[in-house]
Amino acid sequence: MIRRATGLWRRSLQTRVVTSTVLLVAIVVGLVGWALLQQIADGLTSSRTASAVAEARSGFEKAQAELDVAVETQPQAQAATLTQLVDAVTETDSGSRSYELVLEGPLRSGSGAPPVRASGRLAPGSLPPDLRSQVIERPGVFWRYSELSLIGSRSRPAVVVGSRLRAPGTGDTYALFYLFPLTEQQQTLTLVRNALLVGGLAMVVMVGGVAFIVSRQVLTPVRLARRIAERYAAGSLEQRMHVSGEDDIARLSTSFNQMAASLQSQIRRLEDLSRLQQRFVSDVSHELRTPLTTVQMASELLFDARDRFDPQSARSAELLKRELDRFEELLTQLLDLSRFDAGAARLDLADVDLARVARAAAADPLLERAGIIGRTVGADRPAVVQADIRRIDRVVRNLLANAVKYSGSDVVEIEVAQDGFAVSIAVRDFGVGLRGDENLRVFDRFWRADPARTQGGTGLGLAIAREDAVLHGGTLQAWGRPGEGSEFVLTLPRVVDPARRSTAPAPVVQRVFA
Amino acid sequence: MSYRRSKRDRVLVVDDDASLAEMLTIVLQAEGLTTSVCRTGDEVMDVFTSFKPDVVLLDLMLPGQDGMKVCRRIRATSGVPIIMLTAKSDTLDVVRGLEAGADDYITKPFKNTELVARVRARLRRNDAVGEPLVFGDIELDPGAHTVSRAGRALDLTPLEFDLLACLLSNPDQVFTREVLLQRVWGYHHPGDTKLVNVHMTRLRSKIEDDAESPQVIRTVRGVGYQAIAPTPVVDEPAP
Repeated sequence: MIRRATGLWRRSLQTRVVTSTVLLVAIVVGLVGWALLQQIADGLTSSRTASAVAEARSGFEKAQAELDVAVETQPQAQAATLTQLVDAVTETDSGSRSYELVLEGPLRSGSGAPPVRASGRLAPGSLPPDLRSQVIERPGVFWRYSELSLIGSRSRPAVVVGSRLRAPGTGDTYALFYLFPLTEQQQTLTLVRNALLVGGLAMVVMVGGVAFIVSRQVLTPVRLARRIAERYAAGSLEQRMHVSGEDDIARLSTSFNQMAASLQSQIRRLEDLSRLQQRFVSDVSHELRTPLTTVQMASELLFDARDRFDPQSARSAELLKRELDRFEELLTQLLDLSRFDAGAARLDLADVDLARVARAAAADPLLERAGIIGRTVGADRPAVVQADIRRIDRVVRNLLANAVKYSGSDVVEIEVAQDGFAVSIAVRDFGVGLRGDENLRVFDRFWRADPARTQGGTGLGLAIAREDAVLHGGTLQAWGRPGEGSEFVLTLPRVVDPARRSTAPAPVVQRVFA
Repeated sequence: MSYRRSKRDRVLVVDDDASLAEMLTIVLQAEGLTTSVCRTGDEVMDVFTSFKPDVVLLDLMLPGQDGMKVCRRIRATSGVPIIMLTAKSDTLDVVRGLEAGADDYITKPFKNTELVARVRARLRRNDAVGEPLVFGDIELDPGAHTVSRAGRALDLTPLEFDLLACLLSNPDQVFTREVLLQRVWGYHHPGDTKLVNVHMTRLRSKIEDDAESPQVIRTVRGVGYQAIAPTPVVDEPAP
């Protein structure tokens, strides 16, 4: 589930755009809402506080005035005056009264807790202690925000205003507290908060929707472009994007189409070139082959009759024949190479058992003539690949000829190894081996290990062999060590897939030389 | 043993290249063959009717009518063996030549021995004589070189005749393409399956009722071909 979500995040631009837009908008809306709420709360409470303090102040003055009036009477009477004040509040209808009262006193130092009288519904201990000590210690009016705990209902925020009263007759002091609940303000605030919450949520959802629609508007042409680009990649360059309007999307489509058109014309040009090249090769082939045929037939006739010639003429006939054969081989190979270069080489695919090829190679008369023993390794079980048997035979014969001509080894080992995807056929000798970077240079055109060229040959055999391997989507590699021999490994994929020609399989055989 | 041995075999060389044509003549005459040369495609038919060759060596690239057309025109009037000379080793060209009616092809440049071997192989089949063969409703007479199916005479070229005779000589045996090349064309050319495929297609189009689903010569996938005796038609009992 999480993996699917992260996968969607990574793959879908739209998901990313919508998600990040929603997140950012949620943060912004949250911040703005919070600041707004704070402001409103401040405004509401500060006006209420001002009126509460003013109301309390007048209450204190009235109470103090009453105390002053009752100066001649007894202390009990003074206390009674204040108690009546509290009781009067208690008696009023709980629904209509706007404040609660708490009276403490008379306050005498060192005689324990003073008696407390509170208006009816107030729970004991509702007063903030710091305000209480402030009021007791100093004259003046003080206020605090606090929680008001009423009996039988939830606590609610309140403004507590307190002041010290003095009875002039006895010199007793009392602390009187007004508690104004902020219920109304609280309700207003809750209302505003809910409104902001709903509004904010709606806004986030709507912005998400808008982001979805807008991103889709932008992404639909992009996705279309992607699909068309995929088709281009697959080789069909006929597709074009629909262009409407003059916006960025239209310009994208236009440049996209221009790109496709230019690609198409380039490819056509290359195809034309390749066709021309192919035609040329074919023409050269015909034009050269006909005279070559005549010359070769004539030279063979002379060669067969050389016994009747004087020694110089006889030797000339021999040289003529030998070099004409080489000339023919060179011509054939050059034409093959130019066919590879023009991309005109075609595979004639069938199921080929490389184990059989290996067994045939080990018994090749070429080895026997050179007095070399051919051995096979791992060729006892079939190793079938899709291949062009004539090309594979040519590659293997080339490797054999190479081993016979250059290695000086008296044993040639042909090994077959396979796995699920590829089969390798390796030709190994135990002769002079390869020096330095020769394992790479052997495949160069016209490269020869032997600069004196005493061995004849054209120097193109291995280059062609490698092209044949590549044409199959396979590889031809060489490695070796001086004095220990060399190994040429042809690796072919089980199935030739033109689309995956760039990913050639790794050789399956064990490497003998590092 | 055959009457043809008594006289010299005749080879018609059709090639626009004067040197090559002359060289071919020299080599073939050295082998004891009678030759005649024709340089353009247009005059081939006249020379063909007057010279009556036993084998035609035909260059595919000719001025005037090209080799393919000449090949088709000869094939329209005669089953004489035709060997194409081609400079193009491209499979497509060879197949087109074979489809135009050539029996065999030889790619330039070639060795004298190879040329002579191919020509001899085409001449040799004239010597084959054997007992008449009956295979289902097919009757094959090697002496008279005639084939008929269900009493109807079939017009096969000598090569197609040899191919059929080879397959019928051992019914039910599967012949690989290599074996057929060896027996019918007379040489071993590994992997050259198009030669067999093209001729097999043409042979089938002549002897099979429906060449798309052959009943007489069956293809054994990945191996070769096999002649199956046609099962006599049995009347279905009425339902």
